[in-house]
Amino acid sequence: MSKDSAPKKKSKKKSEPIHDMVPIFLMGKKYDVPATLTIQKAFEYAGYQLVRGCGCRGGICGACGTVYRFPDSYRIEVGLACQTVVEPNMYIAQIPFFPANRAEYKLEELEPTGSTMTALYPEIYKCVGCGTCTRSCPMDIDVMEYISRAIRGDIAGAAELSFDCVMCGLCAARCPAEEAQYNIAILARRLYGRYIAPGAGHLKGAVENIKKKKFESGLKKLKKMSVDKLKEVYNARETEPQFGPEDWEPENKDYLVTK
Amino acid sequence: MPYTSDLKKLIKRVEKTRPERVERKKEGEEFPALSLKEREDILKFHPDFKDEGRSEIKVGSSKGYKISNEIVALLHAESRVPTDLLDLSNPDYEADVLVIGGGGAGTSAALTARENGAKVILATKLRHGDANTMMAEGGIQAATKNTKDSPYYHYLDAMGGGHFTNDPDLVEALVNGAPLVIQWLEKLGAMFSKFDDGRLKTMHGGGTSRKRMHYAGDITGAEIMRTIRDEARSHTDDIKVLEFSPAVELIINKKGICSGAVLYNLETEEYIIVKAKATIMATGGSGRLHMQNFMTTNHYGATADGLIMAYRAGVSLNFLHTVQYHPTGAVFPEQSEGLLITEKFRGAGANIVNIEGKQFVYEREPRDVEASAIIRECVEAGKGVPLPNGKYGVWLDSPMIDIIKGEGTVRKEFPGKWILFKRYDIDITKDPMLVYPTLHYQNGGLEINSRCETSLPGLYAGGEVSGGVHGENRLMGNSLLDVTVFGRIAGEAAAGFADKKYRDAELTLEHVDKYHNELKREGVDTKGRVSPMLLPDYSNPDVRKRQLTTEYLGTIR
Repeated sequence: MSKDSAPKKKSKKKSEPIHDMVPIFLMGKKYDVPATLTIQKAFEYAGYQLVRGCGCRGGICGACGTVYRFPDSYRIEVGLACQTVVEPNMYIAQIPFFPANRAEYKLEELEPTGSTMTALYPEIYKCVGCGTCTRSCPMDIDVMEYISRAIRGDIAGAAELSFDCVMCGLCAARCPAEEAQYNIAILARRLYGRYIAPGAGHLKGAVENIKKKKFESGLKKLKKMSVDKLKEVYNARETEPQFGPEDWEPENKDYLVTK
Repeated sequence: MPYTSDLKKLIKRVEKTRPERVERKKEGEEFPALSLKEREDILKFHPDFKDEGRSEIKVGSSKGYKISNEIVALLHAESRVPTDLLDLSNPDYEADVLVIGGGGAGTSAALTARENGAKVILATKLRHGDANTMMAEGGIQAATKNTKDSPYYHYLDAMGGGHFTNDPDLVEALVNGAPLVIQWLEKLGAMFSKFDDGRLKTMHGGGTSRKRMHYAGDITGAEIMRTIRDEARSHTDDIKVLEFSPAVELIINKKGICSGAVLYNLETEEYIIVKAKATIMATGGSGRLHMQNFMTTNHYGATADGLIMAYRAGVSLNFLHTVQYHPTGAVFPEQSEGLLITEKFRGAGANIVNIEGKQFVYEREPRDVEASAIIRECVEAGKGVPLPNGKYGVWLDSPMIDIIKGEGTVRKEFPGKWILFKRYDIDITKDPMLVYPTLHYQNGGLEINSRCETSLPGLYAGGEVSGGVHGENRLMGNSLLDVTVFGRIAGEAAAGFADKKYRDAELTLEHVDKYHNELKREGVDTKGRVSPMLLPDYSNPDVRKRQLTTEYLGTIR
C-alpha cells in the first residue's frame, strides 16, 4: 500500500546545503550520516523507524538513553539520542529499557524518614561510591551525591538534587551495585512533596471556598452573559502587575474572598 | 553548534537596545498591548486563516466541517483492522474501564476510576508517560489565592483567550476543578515551587489577569507526569498498563454501548481485544501530522489516533478549525528545532525583538496573537533574523531576566533549558535565543459535555483529544489543568457507568464497516490510506524505496 498517510516532511531537505558525512556504527554496523544529525535522527537517516527509544524528541522524557564509545578509547560515554550530535566513529547502542527494581509502596502509608528509604531499597547501602552514576547522567545530576543523602536520611536533599531526573535509567544500567537510582529518587521527591515541604494554606482555603460554593453566583452570571457584555467585563478586568508584590490586591473585590 | 559569526554580529544589535528595554521593564512600562480590534487584524497572519490549509470532511457526523488537510486525510482513510478476520467473541482482556492513552489525562483517569472502585486497563502506544504532558514546561493555572483571584477571573481569562467561543459548562468545570487538582497533586507528592512558608509560587502567562500559573521549575509537566505515573505503579493490582499497544479501533456492542477496543501490539504486530464496560479516550493531540509543514513541539506519538477512532464510532468534532502554534519554538541550532521555549521566559521579563533589536509586540499577548505577530514580522515586514538553513526567527532576549531579577534566576527557574543550550555552547544568560512559532496544541477535538461524556454511550474523553474547553485558542497553563481536571472527571464518570449503566451484549465492529461504506458512497478515494497513523514516518525515504518486499499499511509495516 502507499504511504500517503505519512506526515509531510518539511521541505527543508532539498534547500539545505549538503552536509559533511561521517561514519558511525549503529550496534556495530557502519552507516554514513550527515554530521549535523543527532543520534536519533541518524538512526532514522540510516533507515530505522523507531518504536522503542524515541519519545519527546526534546530531551525530557528519558526514552532514548544511549551509550557509545570511540575506537581509540575504552570509556563508555552516555547521552540522550535526541540531544546528542553524532561524531565520527561513534559506536552506538540504545538502552530503551532497563529492568530496574521499583519497590512496592503506598505513599500515604509511609513516613518521611531515612529508614523508609532504606527499608524499601536496602540495596542502597551497597553503593561503593564509584561515581559511575554521576558520570552516566545525561542531565548532569550528581546522582551519587543524592544517593548518599538518601542513605543519610536527608530526603529533602535527595529530592532537590534529583529534581531534573528524566528517569532514562542510564545510572541504573551502569551501576556496579545494581541500584535503581532514579526510582529511589522519585520516592524521595514524593515523600518530600507530600510530607516535608510546607503545605500551602491558601490552597486549602481555595478548595474550601469552592466546596462552599462561594464563586457559584459569579460564575453563573458570567455564563449567562451575552458575548458583547462578556467582552466588556473582560476588557475592564484589572491586571496584576507583572513585578508587583505577592500580596497585591485589586480594587474590585467583588468576586474574591477577602480575609 | 554555537552561534555563527553572522548571528553574533546581529546579537550586538540586541545588546545595544537591551539596557533601555530593561529600564522600561523595571519601571513597569510595557510595550502597548493590542486592542481586540488590532488582534483581529493581526490574526490574519495566523496559519489557521490560510484557506488552502483546510478542506471539508465528506463523511460522518461532522460532514461539511472544514479542518486541517492532514487530519481530513486520516478521516478519509480506511481502518487498519481487518474487520472480517477478527474474532471478538473471545476477548484477551476484560476490565471495568479501559483507558486509551498513558499521558496526563489517561493516567489521571485511571487513578480516579480506581478510586471509584473500577478495575482498569490502561493501553498506551509507547511507554506509560510518553505524552505531551511530559513536555509541558510552563505551569498549571488555578485560582488558589482568593484575596486577589478566583475562578471568576480564571473563567474570564480562559474565555477571552478562546475568543469567547469556549463551551461555558466546560470552562466552569475547569476553573472550579483547578484548586482541587493542585491539592490532589500536592498530596501525591508533586514538588511545586513554593516560598519557604509553603505558599505556592505563581506567575503570569499570556492572557492572564492574575498570577495563577503554578509551576515546578521549568519541568512542570514532567513533574506531574512522573508523579501520577508513580502513583499508578503503586496500584498494579487495579491498574494494568499495556505499553506499546495502541488502540486502533473502538468496539461497540449490539446495545450501542462502547465496550472496549482493538489494540495492536507494535512489537509482535498482533491484534488484542479488550472488552470493557466503559472506555475513556485520552490519546492527546496531533502535532506530528505537521500541519502546513510546521515544525512541532509535540511528542513522537501525537498523531490524532483517538480523533479518528472515535469519529468512525460517530462522535462529532469541534474547534479543530483552529490549531495552536506556540509563539516561541527554538529554531537554532538545527537539532533543537521545534523545541518548546516556555512562555515563562516572557513571563519572567524577556522581550521579543526583531533583527534590529526592536520590540514589535507585547510579549504576553495570547498565543495565537503573539505567533501571528512573529510570522508577520518575518514574512511581511522582512525583519526576521535569517538563519543558516534559509529560515527566519526572532530573538527572545533571555539575558534580560538575570539583569532584572538577579543573577542566577535563569539557571534556577529554567534549569532544563539552560543545560540544553549549554550543550550547544550557547549561554542563554548571556545571549538571546532564536525562536519562531511551532505547532503546539490541538485546540479542538471530540465533542464532550462537562461529565466528559461523548455522544456514544460508554465512551468518555478528556484532555487534548477533546474540544470545547479552550474554544479557538488555549491559554498557557490550561492544558496541564485540562488533562488533570477532565481526566479525573472522565475516570469518575466512566467508573460510574461501568458500575450502574453498562449492559452486556455481543461485541461488534459494524460501525467500521458502515464508515467504509459511507466513504465509498460519498466517492471518497482513500488512495490506500490507512488510519490511525500510530507513528509518524521520519525514516529515510531512499531506504524505504529499496525495501522492495516490505508491505506498508499507512506509515508502518
